Amino acid sequence: MPKQSPVPDELDQPFWDACNEDRLVIQNCISCDRLQHPPEPTCFGCDSGDALEWREMSGRGVIHSYGVVYDNTVALRIPDQPFNLAVIELEEDPEITLVSNLPGIPLDEVEIGAAVTVIFEETPATGQKIPEWQMAE
Amino acid sequence: MPTPNRLGSTAPESIFRSEEGLGVWEHKGKVAAVGVGHSPTARRWDGTAENTIGAWSLMALRKAIDDAGVPPEEIDGLVFLPTTTTGAHWPADRPIPMDIVNAYQTTDDPLDGIAKLTDTWLLKNLPELTNVKFTMAGMDCMSNAIAIAAQAVGDGMANNCLVLKAWHNLEGRYSHGGANAEETISGNQKWSNPYGSANSWGTAQQFQRYLWKYGKTKEMMTPFMVNSRRNGLMFPEGYWYQHRPEELTPEDYAESRWIAKPANLFDNDIPIHTAAAYLLTTAERAKDMKQKPAYILNHAADRTIQRGLNQSLEEAQRSCASTGRKLLEGAGISASDLSFENMYDGFSLFHVFHMEGLGFAGVKEGEGLDLYQEDISIEGPHPVSPSGGNVGSGRTRFWMHTDSIQQIQGRAGDRQIRIPAEIGVSGGPLPLYHADFIVWGASPD
Repeated sequence: MPKQSPVPDELDQPFWDACNEDRLVIQNCISCDRLQHPPEPTCFGCDSGDALEWREMSGRGVIHSYGVVYDNTVALRIPDQPFNLAVIELEEDPEITLVSNLPGIPLDEVEIGAAVTVIFEETPATGQKIPEWQMAE
Repeated sequence: MPTPNRLGSTAPESIFRSEEGLGVWEHKGKVAAVGVGHSPTARRWDGTAENTIGAWSLMALRKAIDDAGVPPEEIDGLVFLPTTTTGAHWPADRPIPMDIVNAYQTTDDPLDGIAKLTDTWLLKNLPELTNVKFTMAGMDCMSNAIAIAAQAVGDGMANNCLVLKAWHNLEGRYSHGGANAEETISGNQKWSNPYGSANSWGTAQQFQRYLWKYGKTKEMMTPFMVNSRRNGLMFPEGYWYQHRPEELTPEDYAESRWIAKPANLFDNDIPIHTAAAYLLTTAERAKDMKQKPAYILNHAADRTIQRGLNQSLEEAQRSCASTGRKLLEGAGISASDLSFENMYDGFSLFHVFHMEGLGFAGVKEGEGLDLYQEDISIEGPHPVSPSGGNVGSGRTRFWMHTDSIQQIQGRAGDRQIRIPAEIGVSGGPLPLYHADFIVWGASPD
């Protein structure tokens, strides 16, 4: 299932570098002890730009919700229609979410609340890895 | 005019009532809508000069002025929305038809009047409006423009203020080109595009969680969808009425193809080409006009920012609940005072969130789909979306306002609700977005 390759920029380069090392990191404000994603130049809570760090996550999460996409607008994904498109809550903070195609989970068999773990999938255009999520063992 | 923001709005945020606890709106009942004007509808622009979105905007504005019975020279305000796209943008490599551009008074931008609007273009082509002193650009939707105009009239910045929203639609499927057709992706889309995208997916995943959380089924949407199309087919200004007068049966809805399950084709509103305008004035001046005033009892705004990548159901619910409290507080009413609700519905699946946040007909979170199983028709005790909304008349985000004004004025025709139309509410668009809402009343008090 080919996917678009994200192009890192100066702000989010550490996130994508970590993906290439099979690690999931999320931006965290040290002074607020608050995660935020996608990354921003400053903390959404205290507006500080100096207290931001990259914190490594456990790689565990749960399925928050999902849809099954039959008519998507991204050309590379059209051959794989229909496909799952789910929202994943991170174990560290359920309001921090990522998206996933839930590889290995059949359509219409997705369970909201089910535990998932992160894997990393290489994208063809640049080789950049992206987070994906599969059912926890 | 102030410097526009990135979406062309010149309205300062101080205009909008986006906080709870502001009390009753200081201009409650002192501003009213008195005129309504619509252009025809079309699925897409046909490429002719007489049917550009600029031409249809002029038509809608003139109809609103005529409907109110105000001499054009008394118009002193204009609030408009610079963006007119339904999602279709003028392709960079497509030649601009200068014969069509030059059929009107022009500005520096040849797409002005074809794929966007400015006050300069509008006023150049409305020479009869000789005394417009106040113009302001809103953002995106008619809801936003009405809120600006209501506050402006209340504050004395204009006495007879026109409000305009126009939508152009061009040929082709939008969202399928540009970055979506590339092998790499930059910007904010990099976080989601690799996994695929569908415009209604964000709402679909919220609704899927709603079904799971409250033990409901997608089939419970059916009465709302059938009722909305029915109401749309009683809306002479609407797309389905004018072009495809087909009722939507439960079977049609059940058998429709999926876009982003649980959102199917009918849960996605159809993009169209059209324009609408209203005339707002002071309650005092409204007494002498042709139409009965539809008093504005409050306007409220939702400027909530979602925390993460995807807006969650719970965030949408908190946002809608806050909007409901702001609307009722500022109008000095309770939910039981509402005769009808015309909250936004494009996508159809989130209408229930708006309705629950409002507490319409006493519904609480998780109960909205149950209300759909009761009598929600215009004949019933709790008319839900009597306009039919975008579901019933196409993507404009303004049917709900036209209908609310007409219901209050008692001239909604076949759509007129059978209970007295004393107080109604309309607005949108989505929860947790740049959304604005209006409370309308038959009485200023």
